[in-house]
Amino acid sequence: MSQAVTAEHAVAAEGGGGVLGRISDFFFAHPKLLTLVLLLPPLLWIGVVYIGSLFALLLQSFYSLDDYSGLIVHEFTLTTYAQLLEQANLQVILRTVAMAAMVTVACAIIAYPIAYYAARYARGWTKALFYLAVMMPLWSSYLVKIYAWKLILAKEGILMWFAKSLHLSWLIDGLLALPIIGGPSLSFSYIGTFLVFVYVWIPYMILPIQAALERVPVNYLEASADLGAEPRQTFWTVVFPLALPGIIAGSIFTFSLTLGDYIVPTIVGNSRLMIGQAVYTLQGTAGNIPLAAAFTVVPMAIMGVYLWMAKRMGAFDVL
Amino acid sequence: MPPAVRFVNCCRHFGSVRAVDGVTLDIAEGEFFAMLGPSGSGKTTCLRLIAGFEQPDKGHIEIFGETAEGVPPYKRNVNTVFQDYALFPHMTVGENVAYGLRIKGVAREDRATKARAALAMVKLAGYEDRRPAQLSGGQRQRVALARALVNGPKVLLLDEPLGALDLKLREQMQEELKALQKDLGITFVFVTHDQGEALSMANRVAVFNEGKIVQVGVPDDVYERPRSRFVADFVGSSNMLPPDFASGHGCAAKWTSLRPEKIKVVATGTTVPTGYCYADGEIKMVSYQGAVTRFNVQTGDRRITAEAPAGDAGFKEDDNVRLIWPKTAMVTMEDGA
Repeated sequence: MSQAVTAEHAVAAEGGGGVLGRISDFFFAHPKLLTLVLLLPPLLWIGVVYIGSLFALLLQSFYSLDDYSGLIVHEFTLTTYAQLLEQANLQVILRTVAMAAMVTVACAIIAYPIAYYAARYARGWTKALFYLAVMMPLWSSYLVKIYAWKLILAKEGILMWFAKSLHLSWLIDGLLALPIIGGPSLSFSYIGTFLVFVYVWIPYMILPIQAALERVPVNYLEASADLGAEPRQTFWTVVFPLALPGIIAGSIFTFSLTLGDYIVPTIVGNSRLMIGQAVYTLQGTAGNIPLAAAFTVVPMAIMGVYLWMAKRMGAFDVL
Repeated sequence: MPPAVRFVNCCRHFGSVRAVDGVTLDIAEGEFFAMLGPSGSGKTTCLRLIAGFEQPDKGHIEIFGETAEGVPPYKRNVNTVFQDYALFPHMTVGENVAYGLRIKGVAREDRATKARAALAMVKLAGYEDRRPAQLSGGQRQRVALARALVNGPKVLLLDEPLGALDLKLREQMQEELKALQKDLGITFVFVTHDQGEALSMANRVAVFNEGKIVQVGVPDDVYERPRSRFVADFVGSSNMLPPDFASGHGCAAKWTSLRPEKIKVVATGTTVPTGYCYADGEIKMVSYQGAVTRFNVQTGDRRITAEAPAGDAGFKEDDNVRLIWPKTAMVTMEDGA
């Protein structure tokens, strides 16, 4: 050790690197220390601020609210979780999970061809255009986009006007007449909420799929064709399994973002609550922090189970 | 009997690049055929035309008498061993080898048996459950070979299959490939830029340059009687003798090729045997290469390279020597360019 230090001083003296040079030399001789110095701030951030607050949240969910005084009882109990299973709360959860699942499936179906085109065919300026088209919606305010959609989907909005001029009003009216997903207008129905969710989250699905597909070399497709597989067979046996980690990554985004969002369903949709809105109401006006915390744990638990299942199915084997 | 592969005036252009430019060629059934050329000479594109990954812009291709243009790769009875193997990373070695059979709808038991046999044939018995990522380059190469051969192709296409292997392994694989081809009796079409590999493995060699075939023949014919400067230079190395030098030594006044190993280095003043030519000069460089020693000799205004078995002739740089070679070693070329 002492020899190493001497050698390092000798080199520093020869090079005459000054203070910065000496710092470089020091870290060069102690690479582990450098790793530690680089990792410490993010570790503190994630460990204390992020995980810490999640832990505090988890703790809150094991307390309960005293119905008479409206005060939080700081005693360990599972009654708050039991409340989640009450009819009304369970419906909120099921409604949100169903919406998130449908949004995710729709995003995957729409995103896949776009990602495939970008990964396989787009070159030069078409590739630049692709990135621009996918990323640009992310640059403008989320609220502005959602209000814009509210106008588009409104009863007197451009979509209805367009449908009318194509003599397709019957189609939209028919959709709106359906039970559950229908409503007085697109902007006051689950259909509307669904459309806006798909719109706002789709970039988060396209980009991971595109990244996964870019890592599939063309000669895998050629090898598959060479061994007798038609394009359809190549898709299901080679391309899809290799794109799966990307699809899973994208679905983690779309699924969890939909599970937790409260702005979209508040602005576009009927008045039935989603998990995000329930949390917002419970921790705000109702002051029921324990139940709000318990609601928040639901998406985390669902995502945990989802990832575990994906892993069991071998979705990450190629990584 | 129709040839295994027939090219009739085939062209494949990429924009202004004439990758394949008017190739006409017959490859007989059971041949070990090598396509030799520098990179960008069109040899790989020719292979891809046989596989079906490329379609000719002009001309006609037949595989065992059947028209191949317009037929997709998955409907051709040929299989390819890719340059970087292209093994599927999400499948085990066994699944990779059985892939073609699975696509054809062969029952699970049956294809497992055949995959095992194919792996045993390439000396990888017992590797079924590994992943391609766990194998060495040479092992991947063997898996790629097994994956192609298990389908019983009529033509096996090999795209620089040994390019990524180190020398020892390459020599070993060369022998194994040759033995395998002999045993199976199927047509092998082999693309390489390594002239030694082409000469040692193939029954017949086509030399490619700039999208065209410049010479086809059995290896010793291509080596001994190069038809052009390009072939003489690319296949082995050669002394290019200009027309005046050739005519001065009793040959036709055309560009002439003289292989270095045909030239003997002797002391000046040594008697020249009948039927031999000679030139006197001074050794400018000696390079020891293990099995042989190369002498770079200045004779008049040109340099001639001679190769002698190592340990022979104890000449050093700056020695004055005489070069002698049989007159028959001088090969008049049709194309002197």
